[in-house]
Amino acid sequence: MDERGDPQVGKYLVMIYDDEAKWAADDGSVMEQNHKNHQAFAETNGSALRGGGQLDGSETATSIRSDGNGGYVVTDGTFAETKEVMGGYYIIEAADLDEALAIAKQVPSPMGGVEVRPLVNGG
Amino acid sequence: MADPIAQAVAEAHSTEWASVLAATARVAADLDLAEDCVQDAYAKALVHWREQGVPKKPGAWLTTVATRRALEHRRRDDVARRKLPLLIPDEQASDGVFPDDRLRLVFTCCHPALAQEAQIALTLRLVCGLSSAEIAKAFLVKEATMQARITRAKHKISRSGIAYRIPLLADLPERIDAVLDVVHLVYTAGHTAADGDELTRPDLARRGLDLARMMRLLVPESSEAAGLLALLVLTDSRQAARVDDDGRLVLMEDQDRSRWDEELITEGLELVPEALANAGRFGVMAAIAAVHAETKRWEDTDWQEILGLYDLLLARWPSPVVALNRVVALSYVDGPEAALHQLQDDPALATYPYLASTRAELLRRTGRDAEAQAAYEEALAFTSNAVEAEFLQRRITRGG
Repeated sequence: MDERGDPQVGKYLVMIYDDEAKWAADDGSVMEQNHKNHQAFAETNGSALRGGGQLDGSETATSIRSDGNGGYVVTDGTFAETKEVMGGYYIIEAADLDEALAIAKQVPSPMGGVEVRPLVNGG
Repeated sequence: MADPIAQAVAEAHSTEWASVLAATARVAADLDLAEDCVQDAYAKALVHWREQGVPKKPGAWLTTVATRRALEHRRRDDVARRKLPLLIPDEQASDGVFPDDRLRLVFTCCHPALAQEAQIALTLRLVCGLSSAEIAKAFLVKEATMQARITRAKHKISRSGIAYRIPLLADLPERIDAVLDVVHLVYTAGHTAADGDELTRPDLARRGLDLARMMRLLVPESSEAAGLLALLVLTDSRQAARVDDDGRLVLMEDQDRSRWDEELITEGLELVPEALANAGRFGVMAAIAAVHAETKRWEDTDWQEILGLYDLLLARWPSPVVALNRVVALSYVDGPEAALHQLQDDPALATYPYLASTRAELLRRTGRDAEAQAAYEEALAFTSNAVEAEFLQRRITRGG
């Protein structure tokens, strides 16, 4: 709410971080339930969702860094080596961080958790 | 301070700062701007009050001056600011409900999305009105470090959209707990200084008490707010007896209980029944402090009762420090030998001087003086507080 009377709304990126080793150990039942949970999440929070998707495994990732001389170094793998890797994301719209966190808490992430980051200038 | 006007301004600073800043922040929609405006209002007060006399309601005067300036700024800078994220004010005022602005301020400072050390720094700065230099001194960090911590926290508030508002009802208990934890840590840091020549940092302890009283006033329905206030006043009631006339540490067993503050004890004891209504963490801790407060002589302490309360604490809120305190209570029920068996070398307490000093006391009581001596020396190595160090040195010299 600023002086023009516009409600202040901002966009937030909700990144889902998973331990891929745990997914590898799943017999498929958690995966199946997870898909249903994401559908339910999307239905419940449809009005706040501005996008989202599931990423393929980190073994499919390719990283590119500038070599500082106008060229590029292309490497196999994710940008940073971590146990938990980003496996999916949502872009949500919320009036403030509390609202964004309330939505992000509902994001199914059975093999890890989520990180919430605001987009600059409300996206 | 002989100057009555300067005194009136200083008084208004310590009693009204939180209210003035909280109201100004709502209008300014920007914490930095609000702080500037409030500081400016206090500077103006020094001049105006000298000319026109101290107003009947200094807080209202300061709020009017500060919010007017904030509005002028916002009008002037509106175009420039339009693209910048603003502190998001809530809409609750439009429901006809006008919660105290100080609640908005304290909930914003203690938002769980901020690191706890940032919550503490922001609370002391924005709610208590301490300078970065004062906060840095209290927590033994460089002023530049503290300034950077506060700036980073303010950035997170504005950029991530932490709202300047009372939390949603569903989040309220958790959010109140976060505030109370910060208040407790402020008091604790003042009650026994981590470093330095004095046992306590009285100013910090007083701020902790003030904050606890404020929370009790602002969330009267919270039994934990009652519990924290009870715990702090009961703990504080023993303040004068903790050191002797020469400034040396006196353990509770040797304290002159006639020096305990009756007024604070009465205030604390009256809060305890309400504090225990939901058997929250601070409520139980207050109940332990109440057992001591109600006991006229150390020998009459009801350790069975205290042990039971520690058992409850440990079961619901386990922590290495609570476990250690429980062992002390146990030593007075089942004896020091039994307590020594239960004393665990928790790695979390590896450099915690009270683990070694507790072991030393227990060893001394079982007559194992040589081992006690070594444990006192270990405790001494981890103690940076001169008054505590002097106490441990005395124990060592005495030969356990």
